[in-house]
Amino acid sequence: MQTKVENNKAWFLVMPVFLIVAFSAIIPLMTVVNYSVQDIFDPYTRYFVGTEWFKQVMLDSRLHEALLRQFLYSFTILAIEVPLGICVALMMPTKGRGASLALILVAIPLLIPWNVVGTIWQIFGRADIGLFGAFMNGLGMDYNYSSNPTDAWFTVVLMDVWHWTPLIALLCYSGLRAIPEVYYQAARIDQASRWAVFRYIQLPKLANVLVIGMLLRFMDSFMIYTEPFVLTGGGPGSSTTFLSQSLVQQAIGQFDLGPAAAFSLVYFLIILLVCWVFYTTIMNMQKDK
Amino acid sequence: MAWMSWTLPTALFFIGIGVILVGMTTWQIVSPCVERRGFLPLATTRGDRLFIGLLSSAFIHLAFVALTDVNIAVATALCAFWMIILMRWG
Repeated sequence: MQTKVENNKAWFLVMPVFLIVAFSAIIPLMTVVNYSVQDIFDPYTRYFVGTEWFKQVMLDSRLHEALLRQFLYSFTILAIEVPLGICVALMMPTKGRGASLALILVAIPLLIPWNVVGTIWQIFGRADIGLFGAFMNGLGMDYNYSSNPTDAWFTVVLMDVWHWTPLIALLCYSGLRAIPEVYYQAARIDQASRWAVFRYIQLPKLANVLVIGMLLRFMDSFMIYTEPFVLTGGGPGSSTTFLSQSLVQQAIGQFDLGPAAAFSLVYFLIILLVCWVFYTTIMNMQKDK
Repeated sequence: MAWMSWTLPTALFFIGIGVILVGMTTWQIVSPCVERRGFLPLATTRGDRLFIGLLSSAFIHLAFVALTDVNIAVATALCAFWMIILMRWG
């Protein structure tokens, strides 16, 4: 016989969050869906156009290029930041004052706001007054991020690596600190090499934090706006124009609310799909353990 | 509500989503589901299959709109069929 009384009153505690999410996310999203099927001239003059904007957006070559650039950018920074973050975490001291100092130094880039990071690198990378620009030109390269697309890409990627590798490093550092000493003792008894310790002890134990780190970095880089906008303004040409910049240009620059809403929904669906893939991966990894 | 620029099709769409969510919640209370493995390569609950079905339906609609000139109702019918298969055997 069931004696425990089921009490669902705890759900009321979730109500404030639900209301906040409704006002900040669900209602705006519903409005975007409404905009995406209409041609809106002003708040009182609008015409139903069905799926026309979706067709236009899906066949727009500029958006295809922006999407390609976005994926290329996200995978490039992941391919650099994840191994680099692991290396930094492995090299950080684990005890004493050095550990605290290293943590503070590594965390500094994370404390700087996005637009300030863009401004720092805009000045830092200039060939005439910037240290990095002067250094690159001193090496004999004709470096100019405002006129050369390759240099612009290099600078945008480098800026992101500088800004966000510390996040991966700190996550990995916390993951490494959580490994019990007995694993290392067993490895020493077996006379395991440094590589074997990393491959069979440290890397498997870092798997969870790495998946979370990759998820965070992928999402963040996929939605990146401020830093490249401040640094290059999307140029030269449109070589560093990513999805969010294209969206802002369309929605605010051209005031094409209908196509911009359709574009937002496609963008949202891609992010939702990637989030689900990462979430499922994390959950399945935890189940396997 | 006028500022949200409602149209009949979008209102019906959201009512449909709302009805599905309420229905699934009621179904879960009346008959709690257990995770199982169907033709999908992962163990799923009823809610997981609904989410996968809705997300894949959105992409099927986008593909229809982008690649064909067929009426969108055909994509909706195809997605309804896909949802039934996924919920039952997924």
